[in-house]
Amino acid sequence: MPKPKVAFYWCASCGGCEETVVDLAEDILGVVEKLDIVLWPVAMDFKYADVEAMEDGAIFATLLNGAIRSTEQEQMARLLRRKSRVLVAYGSCACMGGIPSLANGFAREEILKFNYEDAPSVVNGPRTRPQLSFEEEGRKTHLPEQSRVVRSLDQVVDVDYFIPGCPPTPLITKKALAALLGDAPPPKGSVLAPDTALCEECPRKVGKPADLSFAQFRRPHQALLDPEKCLLAQGVVCLGPATRGGCGAQCPAGNMPCTGCFGPTSRVRDQGAKILSSLCANLEAKEAPDIDRVLEGIPDPVGTFYRYGMAKSILRRRVDLNGG
Amino acid sequence: MPEPRNGVRIGFYVCHCGHNIASMVDCPAVAAYAATLPNVAVSRDYKYLCSDPGQELIKRDIAELGLSHVVVASCSPLLHEHTFRSATEAGGLNPYCFHMVNIREHDSWVHTDRRLATEKAKALARAGIRRVAHHQPLEMKRVPIHPDVLVVGGGIAGIHAALTLASAGKKVYLVEREPSIGGHMAKFDKTFPTLDCAACILTPKMSAVRSHPNITLWSYSEVVKTDGYVGNYTVTVRRKPRYVIEELCVGCQECIDSCVYKKPMFPDEFNEGLGKRKPIHIPFPQATPQVVLIDPEVCLNFKRGVLTDKCKKTCVEACAERKAIDFNQKEELKEIKVGTIIVATGFQPFDVKRVPQYGYGTYPNVYTALEAERLVNASGPTSGEVVLRDGRHPNAIAIIHCVGSRDRKTNRWCSRVCCMYSMKLAHLLKEHSGAEVYNFYIDIRAPGKGYEEFYDKLNEEGVHFIRGRVGEVTDWAMTPEEEGKLVIRVEDTLAGFVRRIPVDMVVLSTGLEPHSDAQSVRRMFNMSCGTEGFFLERHPKLAPVNTYTDGVFIAGCCQGPRDIPDTVAQAGAAAAEAMALIDRGHIDQEPNTARILADCSGCKSCIPLCPYTAIAFDSATQKAVINEALCKGCGTCVGSCPSGSIIQNLFDDEEVFGEIQGVLADEPN
Repeated sequence: MPKPKVAFYWCASCGGCEETVVDLAEDILGVVEKLDIVLWPVAMDFKYADVEAMEDGAIFATLLNGAIRSTEQEQMARLLRRKSRVLVAYGSCACMGGIPSLANGFAREEILKFNYEDAPSVVNGPRTRPQLSFEEEGRKTHLPEQSRVVRSLDQVVDVDYFIPGCPPTPLITKKALAALLGDAPPPKGSVLAPDTALCEECPRKVGKPADLSFAQFRRPHQALLDPEKCLLAQGVVCLGPATRGGCGAQCPAGNMPCTGCFGPTSRVRDQGAKILSSLCANLEAKEAPDIDRVLEGIPDPVGTFYRYGMAKSILRRRVDLNGG
Repeated sequence: MPEPRNGVRIGFYVCHCGHNIASMVDCPAVAAYAATLPNVAVSRDYKYLCSDPGQELIKRDIAELGLSHVVVASCSPLLHEHTFRSATEAGGLNPYCFHMVNIREHDSWVHTDRRLATEKAKALARAGIRRVAHHQPLEMKRVPIHPDVLVVGGGIAGIHAALTLASAGKKVYLVEREPSIGGHMAKFDKTFPTLDCAACILTPKMSAVRSHPNITLWSYSEVVKTDGYVGNYTVTVRRKPRYVIEELCVGCQECIDSCVYKKPMFPDEFNEGLGKRKPIHIPFPQATPQVVLIDPEVCLNFKRGVLTDKCKKTCVEACAERKAIDFNQKEELKEIKVGTIIVATGFQPFDVKRVPQYGYGTYPNVYTALEAERLVNASGPTSGEVVLRDGRHPNAIAIIHCVGSRDRKTNRWCSRVCCMYSMKLAHLLKEHSGAEVYNFYIDIRAPGKGYEEFYDKLNEEGVHFIRGRVGEVTDWAMTPEEEGKLVIRVEDTLAGFVRRIPVDMVVLSTGLEPHSDAQSVRRMFNMSCGTEGFFLERHPKLAPVNTYTDGVFIAGCCQGPRDIPDTVAQAGAAAAEAMALIDRGHIDQEPNTARILADCSGCKSCIPLCPYTAIAFDSATQKAVINEALCKGCGTCVGSCPSGSIIQNLFDDEEVFGEIQGVLADEPN
């Protein structure tokens, strides 16, 4: 019997998710033993034409990481959807828009202008911008167009499973692959991670006070943090209570707060709103000026609470009145 | 458009409410639109759905058409949610498979464009229909009610309510801010229109309060905090120090006689400052409780309220073995548990300084009505002799009605009692002084039993009535007869010319206002206020002593100006309403409580937020648990649970988002 074919692809991402596959280390041999990798641009040489040539549904599963932010990415997402029996949104960007979707807080024109004209390190006298096409020596070249809004994979095509994480851990990846190859695959639409918030598996949960009250917020570099005490109890914004577990609480174990990369539980529609509601409800300050002072400890609320999930949040994007 | 849910068959009913809704909303069009929505099995409009035939319609449809859920679009749920839930239940469904849509207060009453109002009604109907499809059967929760009652305010309203309850065997805490109960009525000489003596009818009731075994009287005390909910309130009362131990003082008043101040020197609050008292004093002879108190602001043993221990303390000597005087007394906080609360905090008289044209404070012989009450009172500072501040006896007296009332510049409302008390004062002043008495009025309002007859009697007695709002009171004499007099400048609107009437004494019939701290009282008991600041009744006609907070009732002038008979009647009504709750023995509580799912991560964020301390951390499961008996369904924990692991009945995500999506849905309609 031929081995099931599997594809890895990347869109708007940093490459960290690819790294996880590499991080499987010798376990990758087990993967290769069971699966036939037919597409993996980061590690092997394939062309679009190779994929296009495949029969529809020929690939057993595609693990696609990265958000969808350009016409090319959208095109590839659609192509791979057609060629794959199972499409997995792999990593926070594909699942929820990820860090790239923080760009949804800005108009496209603002982003292009800053990056090609205004950024302090840019020297661009003629104000050249990327063009969608240009001709040189009689040959016409095309560049993909950047979308006005960054989308998660399931906002573009039908997605079968979600494996969250920035990046997903090797363990959760292994478990997910095992589940997919097993006799009873999970129901379509499942997030292949636990549905309980991170606190449950956090080593700092023991001894977390039951009367949490925030007198101030501090960022990790502003304090010498107790390596065992709950980070929230130390006034550090930790998104653990609002974030799916399954990562083994690696960040809190490393004395850094959870930043929410596994996304919300299935019962929450907007992770940022939920943690914001929880933190604010437990503020010690009760009068407006005092509240403002405490909130100064969170200088970038969007980046803090919507770091990985802007595209899938209720906010989703800034309404772009200028059409840029 | 959402997929129809299997087995959900919704009956939708839109009420015309006579013309209340139908005049601004096209009800048949709303019904026709709703009929096109998913899951709607029947959609009807009806003139009065709250009527028996209207409710019958719903019941019959449930049976005949096999409905699973019901939506009624009509008035506020405050008014008829109970009615329609009962109809739904009588039809054989769980009462919580019902949802009410408010298209009257939220729509027809507040809009002027019939087309848009109809569109809004459709949107609200769509929201209710989408929401109700998610409603699950729920059971009412029953909690016991604490039988004790708190009565706040010891005026005639509080006294009457407390006595009524106590006579029925209920334990009552009566809390009064002043050192004695009695309120304003204790200051009155006679009462209109019967002219029976206020003290003679009030003081027996005051003594009855003091001696009643079921009443705990805390005078010189204030409620500082109220927690809990109907049937189970926890109230904190601050007992202010009177520097006299209440249990030990017998009211012999020997301490007052022996005070180092040989003569009373300080303005006496009870007599509106017309008389004097000593630092150690009793407010008035019939004060209840009969316990003296020390004013630390003027007592020599204190300096501006701080104990110095520099006085000879002759009062302590006089008290001798009783040892009732305690200069070290501190304020005490008492916590009590009650099931119901009656608020009877009364009114404050209008501050006459706000109408400077009437000369109060400028001309010594201008008096407020309450001052005049004390002047004609046999136990007042002059023993009932009408002596002016300058020692003269008046030959002519003016009584100016509506001071601070019926005036856009001050208070717009009619204070209801001023016409009658002005006439009573006219009668008493004339009787006590033989002076000519002039009443300056806008309208005489005498709509009560025997009131118009009293007006006739005054006319027969020769009291003058001049119709016109007084322009000013002045001492600027234009003729020799006006020299040394106060001149009333007024347009006599019946005679049709401006008159100048010289008098010796002016009485300002001040209107009634909410207390200046009524807002904080309102917040303390979670009540509402009308625009003028009087506490708001639940319904002006049908629930005049109830408030929007279950278990909190109002009586007397804190709800609006009224006279003694009306106050007493209202106090009795409030007592009866409280008793109705107590004697039922339990409260049926909405099953809108919250519960924690097994997915809880045990982050403990919710625990400090619960205002009813209903959430605890279970160390065995390492998850939070909600004590359902304590949960009041406020939703605080639900909204703030960071992992969405707390669900509230009637407010789960599907229901709430269904409703929001229904309102916002951009469907052809």
